[in-house]
Amino acid sequence: MKKSGVLRFPGTNCDRDVFQAVENSGRKAHWLWHEDQFDYQDFDTLYVPGGFSFGDYLRSGALAARTPVMKSVREAALYGVPILGICNGFQILCEAQLLPGALLKNEGMRFRDEWVDLEIQNPSSHFKESGTLKLPIAHGDGRYFIANDGLKKLHDQNQVWMKYRKNPNGSLEDIAGVMNEAKNVMALMPHPERAIFEWMGSQDGMGFFT
Amino acid sequence: MKIGVRVMPRQDVLDSQGRAVERSISQMGMKISACTVGKYIVLDFAFHNIDEAMSEAKKIADEILYNPLIESYELEKL
Repeated sequence: MKKSGVLRFPGTNCDRDVFQAVENSGRKAHWLWHEDQFDYQDFDTLYVPGGFSFGDYLRSGALAARTPVMKSVREAALYGVPILGICNGFQILCEAQLLPGALLKNEGMRFRDEWVDLEIQNPSSHFKESGTLKLPIAHGDGRYFIANDGLKKLHDQNQVWMKYRKNPNGSLEDIAGVMNEAKNVMALMPHPERAIFEWMGSQDGMGFFT
Repeated sequence: MKIGVRVMPRQDVLDSQGRAVERSISQMGMKISACTVGKYIVLDFAFHNIDEAMSEAKKIADEILYNPLIESYELEKL
């Protein structure tokens, strides 16, 4: 049986929640340490969880994006393995150039920690997310940015995954999540792993782990 | 030989740090027309040849020290 790989860097702090969310849905989760490489054929999904990898030094996600494990992630991406980045995972995938754009400091410089409503723009074929979602955010660097030509391409290729109903961070066009051209690498700033049971406030995140 | 790498936000990208610092400076009663916040990185090489050090510094800057989508950089010999 293939496993879901959950990446871990020094400073990742949402890894256990993601691991648990995967196992709760009856799938097998497996840790992937940043210094190690792996065979992509052993995995049916990869998760790049949130946190503060390498203390957000230099730029959020910059150091994590250049670790050995990311060589294997790059290969997995090329061979079509579904890869989901969450929060710092989004920043890492952008820094690794597996996703277009960059995540800058929130407008107003505030760390935003609250529930947000999201609307799916282009559904992914790998995760069972519903059309509208209620998920929590917790980030300081969540303002999605891409230059004009990149934005045009993003729209032309239907790569905008989801948008905020009410923009919490100054993100360009309210963008909360994007996909790569091949639609197997995707990421979002909100935390679906923090919303998998009704008692957590919402279970809209469950579909990202089933 | 030390090479300094000055990384600054690109002008077309909103520099929220610079804007926040600018606001504080104004609130303290001092006048400026703009403030930009970047970062400065010092690379120390064993090379004695400036061309070698500069070309290695450029390679390092291009590969990790700056993100061309949002930043630009300049090198200088220290």
